[in-house]
Amino acid sequence: MTKWMITAALAALALTTSWAQAQEVKVGVALPYTGIGAEFAQLVDRGMELYLKLNADKVKPYKISLIKRDVKDPGGANAKIAVQELLTQDNVDVLAGWIYSPNAIASAPIVTAGKKLAVIMNAGTAHITTMSPYYVRTSFSMWHAGYAMGEASAKLLNAKTAVVGYTDFPPGKDSLAAFKRSFEAVGGKVVDEIPMGGAGAVPDFTPFFQRAKDKKPDVFFVFVPAGDHAAAVVKTYAALGMREAGIKLIGPGDITQDTKLQAMGAAAVGLITMHHYHADLDNPENKRFVEAWKKEYGAATTPDFMAVGGYDGMAAIVHVVQTLKGKVDSEKALEALKGWKFASPRGPIMIDPVTRDIVMNEYLSEAVMKDGRVFQKVIGKIDGVKDACKEQKIGPCAPK
Amino acid sequence: MTEPVDHPAARALAERHRLRIWEAIPWLLALGFFFAFPKHLGFGTELLVTVLFAISLDLVLGYAGIVTLGQAAFFGAGAYTVGILAKQGIWHEPITGLLLAALVAAAVGFGSGLVLLRTQGLTLLMLTLCTMALLEEAANLAHDYTGGFDGLDSLPIAPLFGRFEFNPLYPTTQYLYVLAVLFVCFVFVRMLVYSPFGQSLRGIRENMLRMHAVGAPVRGRLVLCYTLSAAIAGVAGGIWAQANAYVNLGTLGLDRAATVLIILVLGGHGRLYGAFIGAVAYISLSHFLARIYPTAWQLGLGLLLVVIALFARNGILGIAAALRRPAHRAAS
Repeated sequence: MTKWMITAALAALALTTSWAQAQEVKVGVALPYTGIGAEFAQLVDRGMELYLKLNADKVKPYKISLIKRDVKDPGGANAKIAVQELLTQDNVDVLAGWIYSPNAIASAPIVTAGKKLAVIMNAGTAHITTMSPYYVRTSFSMWHAGYAMGEASAKLLNAKTAVVGYTDFPPGKDSLAAFKRSFEAVGGKVVDEIPMGGAGAVPDFTPFFQRAKDKKPDVFFVFVPAGDHAAAVVKTYAALGMREAGIKLIGPGDITQDTKLQAMGAAAVGLITMHHYHADLDNPENKRFVEAWKKEYGAATTPDFMAVGGYDGMAAIVHVVQTLKGKVDSEKALEALKGWKFASPRGPIMIDPVTRDIVMNEYLSEAVMKDGRVFQKVIGKIDGVKDACKEQKIGPCAPK
Repeated sequence: MTEPVDHPAARALAERHRLRIWEAIPWLLALGFFFAFPKHLGFGTELLVTVLFAISLDLVLGYAGIVTLGQAAFFGAGAYTVGILAKQGIWHEPITGLLLAALVAAAVGFGSGLVLLRTQGLTLLMLTLCTMALLEEAANLAHDYTGGFDGLDSLPIAPLFGRFEFNPLYPTTQYLYVLAVLFVCFVFVRMLVYSPFGQSLRGIRENMLRMHAVGAPVRGRLVLCYTLSAAIAGVAGGIWAQANAYVNLGTLGLDRAATVLIILVLGGHGRLYGAFIGAVAYISLSHFLARIYPTAWQLGLGLLLVVIALFARNGILGIAAALRRPAHRAAS
């Protein structure tokens, strides 16, 4: 009799503990909270937290707890250790984060071995999602904006010739390859390709821009990493009188990152960019998002494309938790996300069921002055853009 | 032949190379760590590689007095040797891979040492930094072979002795492998610094002019020391690449070179075990502080470094030595 009672008690205990486990979903967050990436990590982190805060009722009855780890640098090793410990020590159900592509690349074998859903919220090297079957990306690939811009330059801006200036590291090369491929496919010609130093420090852009100016192209496509490069780009462009020479400065939205744009001031006016998000987008979700952001983090702050990567990534995780009723099984989670549609601040998005990468709109925007601030005016839009690199199976994007 | 002088100083000189009982402690602790913390082995492996790397720096900086900021050049040379050979499908076996890494790093060390070691002081410091920066940029440019900024990933490294796989999630093999290699390299360095060669290095560090005067081949010794140190740094880099199945530009960066310098100064240079103490203190502190405060952990680490710099010029082991000294004096 006692034996039965003990068994029953044990069974009850087992039930309640498994019930308690079903209630809480642990999300391991790997971001560079310190060092040169700290400013980006904060944007992604705030994006995630804001989604959880605004959608507390969507999370219920489950509890999502974030376990945050600093991956410190783009070197890969620290990111690997952080991800490994999140998997083996904290037994997380889902992984999230990744600002730098090298960290996502270094983490791939561990993610595969750990068999947990991993949501990439920024890292943009195109082929990353092919490296682990558990990677799902809610940010972008460099090809999204670069490829769309090539086509738009020829068709909407009527450009015949272009010069490409790029920061000499993989996202820059990706951007160049994407732009060149689509621009030349619709009859344009890239007359010069100018590598402009590494990503580590902001160079003096004058010699590169002078070389571009001498070629007299219709458009000058510039890729520099998000952060402090863009202000120098805009300044040099103005100083060399390139606009007066009839050369349009264009690029992906990294050169008009919302958090940096106002500091550039009037010099930024006339910049034409292609990107999936900026804070001036006119749709109800974005209005709500920007308003909530300013209320939460201060009127002087603004979300940008990195923040949206975190926000949408968290939306994806919440969707998984709801669909699977709090018990996150990785295979089922992947199934739940394939083809998932969401009304994001950047417009409608979807996870491509084949590549696990994002499908979204790309917006062609021009920077104008409005009410004493730089405003990004949408002048063109391409719906449902997929990552062209994987779509056309180029180089490392070809399935293995 | 005269009788050996029976004097405490002479005895101390004659016996200083002997093994002491406490020298087993670090190794026992490292083995204990393996059994006690099976889920921390990724961190442990990184720690052991850093110790090995710091030992290579101790040889040039602590013993020969060559002030360098470019030690990561050799770490990276070793790492990329392993990485490129594995990625191109030329060589997968780990142990011989390490020997190749050591050879390549030694060649880089020898070549650059021949030129660099003609200079001293700040010039030398700048030139070591430049060598490293040149290598880093070369690795960035040779994108087809090195993978550029993204690095080389998923390196196919063969199982150790054909049997023990490198598991990315539970790096037990990696930990024991790195520990064994560290032990072998440490024994080699220990023999080296107590050999006549090691003594002459100390002489050069203390008074180069006098070593010239007694006819010691100063430059040759320095170049040889620099080359050996490069080889060990190459082994550290190679084993790092094998343990992580990954290599990227971070292996050649100033970050790594500066960190290892801080670690050595923190632990105490020219003391063999300073590398152990410094690495354990620095890496553990940054690792566990970062877990508690992901955004503000550097504050704690910075405070420790300030305190060490202000009050313990010879590092943590320097404090220990300073505490021991009065006791010795009282005894004799």
